[in-house]
Amino acid sequence: MMWALRGLRNGVLTTRWPARPDDYAASTRGPATVLAPGRPPPSQNGQASLAGLCPAGAISQDSQGAVALDQGRCIQCGRCVAARPDLFGWQHGPGSAALSRTSLVVPPVAETPERLAEVRGDLRARTRALRRSVHLRHVDAGSDGTEEWEILALLNPVYDIHRLGMFFTASPRHADVLLVTGAGARGMTEPLRTTYDGMPHPKVVIAVGTDAVGGGLPGSSYAAAGGVGGIVPVDVWLPGSPPSPFSILYAVLLGLGRRPAKEGDPR
Amino acid sequence: MATGTDTIVGSVPALWDEVTRRVAAGCRFADLFGTAHPGGVLLTAHLVGPAGLETWQALLPSGAASYPALTPRLGAAFWYEREIRDMFGVVPEGHPRPQPLILATAGNPPRPGSGSQPGAAERSPEVLPSHVAGPGLFTIPHGPVRSGVVESIEYLVETPGEDIPHLNMRVFYKHRGLEKRFEGMTSSDGVLLAERTEGIATVAHALAYCHALERMAGAEVPWAASLTRVVHAELERLACHLDVIVRLADGAGLAVATARFGWHKEQVLRLVSQLCGSRFGRGVVIPGGVQGLPRVAPAELLTILTGLDRKLGPDLRVLMGTASFLDRLRRTGPLPPPRAREHGALGPIGRGSGGTDDGRAARPCDAYGSLSVRVASRPAGDAMARLEVRVEEIAQSFHLLRQAADELAEVTDGTLRVPCEPAEGRAVGWAEAPQGEVLYDVSLSGGRITRCRARSASFHNLVLMHEVFAGDILTDFPFIEASFGLSPAGVAR
Repeated sequence: MMWALRGLRNGVLTTRWPARPDDYAASTRGPATVLAPGRPPPSQNGQASLAGLCPAGAISQDSQGAVALDQGRCIQCGRCVAARPDLFGWQHGPGSAALSRTSLVVPPVAETPERLAEVRGDLRARTRALRRSVHLRHVDAGSDGTEEWEILALLNPVYDIHRLGMFFTASPRHADVLLVTGAGARGMTEPLRTTYDGMPHPKVVIAVGTDAVGGGLPGSSYAAAGGVGGIVPVDVWLPGSPPSPFSILYAVLLGLGRRPAKEGDPR
Repeated sequence: MATGTDTIVGSVPALWDEVTRRVAAGCRFADLFGTAHPGGVLLTAHLVGPAGLETWQALLPSGAASYPALTPRLGAAFWYEREIRDMFGVVPEGHPRPQPLILATAGNPPRPGSGSQPGAAERSPEVLPSHVAGPGLFTIPHGPVRSGVVESIEYLVETPGEDIPHLNMRVFYKHRGLEKRFEGMTSSDGVLLAERTEGIATVAHALAYCHALERMAGAEVPWAASLTRVVHAELERLACHLDVIVRLADGAGLAVATARFGWHKEQVLRLVSQLCGSRFGRGVVIPGGVQGLPRVAPAELLTILTGLDRKLGPDLRVLMGTASFLDRLRRTGPLPPPRAREHGALGPIGRGSGGTDDGRAARPCDAYGSLSVRVASRPAGDAMARLEVRVEEIAQSFHLLRQAADELAEVTDGTLRVPCEPAEGRAVGWAEAPQGEVLYDVSLSGGRITRCRARSASFHNLVLMHEVFAGDILTDFPFIEASFGLSPAGVAR
């Protein structure tokens, strides 16, 4: 009885996002981005190469000096933003997921809008049957533990994904969406494949977090595969170290073709 | 800060003599690991006594395929020696179970400290033997992919149907090779990997790592920075303890309590992101200080904290009066105090079994030495005692946060960092994470890391799960696991 009363104390705590804007969603920090893509950066005296700025190797420069940042490798340490605020900034808001690995690079590399439309169309056709009742299954393939907290947060009353017809399921046999975290630890290769194989069609795979997308700091080694893309076919790539609950929700909606309008650039 | 002493003894058996002698004299066994050395494998043991941290070392000469195990003389070394075996391929002779622990591959050991990276190896065919035998006994493999959103680990529950006479664990699934990954990194990049070693204790790991570097460089962290460190460390403790409470309430099917505490935890994470941009305090702690002050003025921080405390406090009081919930915890998963002392159990597990060791009070770093810290302790040793310790620590964390915010308001010197870029040397750093003491042993050469030993409280404590199922049944399992509150990421690394 005590608990029932306590449950009513603070009224409705749940966000209306994505139907309505949410201040916290808009303020959450995504990966770093290039502020004026395409423009060669002004040189700075005594500055080592820009590529050396990033401890995760996300920043590169071509022969003309144009800068590119692979958000799929960004660990959100903020060193580039602190060192060169003229070139790099934070991307805010939940819309950091993408439907292809290459479109996480800023500025985007040679990928035609037609190809992206094709990927999107494929996915939409596959997930049409799942629109309003979706079961999620999570597998940890070597995360640092924070991605699990952020996925689990989706069940707390603030995010409450049940309101969107989404549920976590224990069995892969009932799962429509597979959320994979971690850099692809070798020990998890087999259990991850078994889980994927156990899911019925259609299925959507989301790589949650920079470690899962591009390996992150653990990278590729004797113990980790440098991301999960080589183990299971990934449909949605979500960078972040870790990604916020809103961006995880956005990634799931993107995978289901329910992405809210006006969330950043058309990926 | 307490100072450590390093002593190198002549042989491995002589090292074990010293270690067991010191433990018998009242020291706590804290760490044991190997480092690749031109002359073989350098074995290092850390012990914590009233005077601080002691380090003892001995060289296992190259070519030696085995050494006499410490475990038969000191049970706490059980997992540590298995890890040395995984990492160097040397067999501890006389170890009760010399099987793979964190690395289930055959051959080609990674040899931390060697500077070379091994290739990917084949999965080892060795499996854990079944311990219990008898008619009707079977093993329930629980993991590595389990129901719910949890980290990968496998529990092998051996049961005749209801009791759990024995439990085995396989933790290698999410080994990420981090101690090898540290090698070759600059000291300033190393803190980023330390933060990701056990993500839910980001701040504590970053602190332990930075404390090691600061001792090496003789750097004195500015007052404003050490207060900022306390703010983030205590918010991390709040979030982790609330996470444990959410899991316990969820296990008992208390839907409203689960939702309420999930909301409180979310509010703490949002406060952290308001203070620094990251929900886990990432990027705050850097060698020599902090990246920035909390982005909220101390007066406003105090207001927010009061608001949090006011909403959380009544829920905690109702929880600690909910009989149907507490009945699930009393006498569940008991760890007898003598056993906890013998193992040197850390954090709320040790303090829930009568321990009084808390690094914040006993070996204070940063601003803790100047703030008042009261250590929470309970003698009962069950899941209930561990929860009571956490509830008291939540109140203590609010108390510390208020003290730190008050002090921050008085700060006049805005210096946030001092230069801390040691090039050569070796030092040990520690911090009290929500899970217990985190220990980093860092060696640098030419400004780059040659060996970084990251010993989490989760690694030291998880092995105790083997022993706490006396009389408990399958339905007690979620409560016992949640009451330990550990992270497999910090175990397998």
